[in-house]
Order: sequence, then structure tokens, then C-alpha cells
Amino acid sequence: MIAAIGLAIGVTLGLVLQPDVPLWLQPYLPIAIVAALDALFGAVRATLEGVFNERVFVVSFVANTVVAALIVFLGDQLGVGSQLTTAVVVVLGIRIFSNAAAIRRDLFHA
Amino acid sequence: MSQNTPARRRLRRALRPHISRTQLLVGLLCLVLGFGLATQVHANREESEFAAARQDELVGILDTLSQRSDRLRAEIQSLEQTRAELEQDTRGEAAVAEARRRASTYAVLAGTVPVTGPGIELVVNDPGGKVTASMLLDTLQELRDAGAEAVQIGGVRAIASTYFRDASGRGIVVDGQRLFPPYRLLVIGDPHTLSTALDIPGGIMESLRSAGAEGVVTQREEIRITAVRAAASPQYARATRDGDRKNN
Repeated sequence: MIAAIGLAIGVTLGLVLQPDVPLWLQPYLPIAIVAALDALFGAVRATLEGVFNERVFVVSFVANTVVAALIVFLGDQLGVGSQLTTAVVVVLGIRIFSNAAAIRRDLFHA
Repeated sequence: MSQNTPARRRLRRALRPHISRTQLLVGLLCLVLGFGLATQVHANREESEFAAARQDELVGILDTLSQRSDRLRAEIQSLEQTRAELEQDTRGEAAVAEARRRASTYAVLAGTVPVTGPGIELVVNDPGGKVTASMLLDTLQELRDAGAEAVQIGGVRAIASTYFRDASGRGIVVDGQRLFPPYRLLVIGDPHTLSTALDIPGGIMESLRSAGAEGVVTQREEIRITAVRAAASPQYARATRDGDRKNN
């Protein structure tokens, strides 16, 4: 419940304040968000399956975003930043999809 | 159905607000996520062309821009060239003005335009009909020697090809026109020089007097010569290019 409220408040804040993304963060923010979304979907799935653990969620959330940003950063340093970004997005996208499928199965049994 | 119920029950339980430290932490993380999400969407919409572009895309954009700036620079160059040509054309206009100035000079000399300026009026009274064509010609030559720039004899503009002929009976034929005494000459030039030239001992005035005629010179601030000639284009003579300049 608090998570949903937090998400809503965050979106509202972002829409109202409309802050500029600092330059150093620009390449990493979208990837970090996708990673965080993956963590969020994983958390929803775990909740539905009764194995949700706040500590695991916090750690996976932070680790996901940091690792995703790190991979992109490393890719930028190696000159394959755009390819690695694509790779990370693909992997995270697949995970989000599979999590969403599991949520769907849990909720609707279909 | 057996799996359906616990999942929904767990969801309902999760949506029930129960505050703990970790729940708050989760909420905070979700807040950060939502904030980042909205920010990124906004930034992406605002400057999607560059902010979301990666290095190689930016290089491509930069390449396109530099190509465009090269094109524009070439255009600037060609426009500057055109401008320089037009400026040269302005010098061409100066040449036209110069040509016009010379044309007006020649028009005065050729007698194709009316002229005005300081000069003298010479009236030759000839009650006895003693004045001959050669005497008038001498007078004209004397006036030209003294710097006369335009001369009108009676109603005839004197030019380079002007001739004098004794008419049968009274009068003198000037350029085909018969003139009768008194002969009235309008001369433009320096008035003092002109009258002095006519008055020299053994000069025109003296020879007129000895012939039984009389010349009266009046210096004028302004003489108007209204008689003009049609410009005759030469039939045989052609100007040569460099001769044109050397003779000037």
C-alpha cells in the first residue's frame, strides 16, 4: 500500500517539478528506471506468491539499478555503450515480461 | 482455483496499510522510481533529439550539421563573390558617369546642346557691306585662339566644320544660312581675354575699321547660346581605341 502511494507521489512530484536531468546522469537514468521496474515487478510477483521480503526487495532494487547503470557506464568506456544499453534493456525486458506473465498466472490463473 | 485464492488474499493483505521501517523504505524506493520515471519521460519528450542520443548518434548529427555548415559557408563565399562583382559594377557606373561627363563636353564642342556662361557679344556694323567672309572667318579664328568655347554667329552655331562664303549681293553665307549685317556674334569664354584678343594692334577690330566697318564688343556675365546642331555621325572617320585616350 505504502509502495503504491510512494510511486504515485513520486510520479506526481516528477510531473509537477519537472526537474532537469543532470548531464552525468542522462545516459544511466533510463536504464536504472528499467532495472527498478524489473525489481518492482519481481516484488509484485513475490507478494502474490507469498515470498515477498522487504529486505530482498530493497537490496534487489538498489543492486539492479546500480548494476544496470554500471554496465552502461562500462559499455560507454569501452565504446559499446549503445549496444550494451540495448542488451540490458532486452534482458530486463524479458524479465519484466516473465514476471508480468507470472503475476497474470497468479491473479487470473491463466 | 486453489492457487487463485491465496494469491488474491496475499494481494489484499499487501494493499492493507501496515507501517513498518522496511515498508517505509520500500515506499521511499517506489517514490524515487516514480520520480525518476516522470523526470525521464519529461526530459525525453523535451529534448528527445539530443538528450537520449548516444555518442555515435551525436557524432552522426554533428556530421550532418558540419556538412550543412560547409554548404552554407560555400554559399556565403559565392554570395561574397557576387557582391564583389557588383562592387566592380559600381566602378562600371563610375565609368558610365565619366563617359557621360565627356559626352557633355563633346556635346558643347559639337554644338548639339544650348550653352551658357560668361563671354562677349560682338556686333559688327557693316553699313557699306565691306565685311567679307574671310574677315568673319578670321574673327572666328581669333576668338578660338583666345579660348572661345562656344560661338554663335547670327542664328548659326559655329562648330568645327563651319564655313563662310560671300553671298552673291549682300551678306555672308554661314553654313548654308545667309546672314545680313549687322553681324552679331555670341562668344563664351573668358570675357577679358576675348576682348583683348580682338583689340590687339593689327587685329580684328583694326582690320574691320580699316575696311570701313565697326566692331562693338560688350563683355557679359552671362551669354546664352541657344542655337544647336544635330549631331552628325561621321561617315568615314572611326575612332581608334588608344588614339582616343592619347589625344585627350
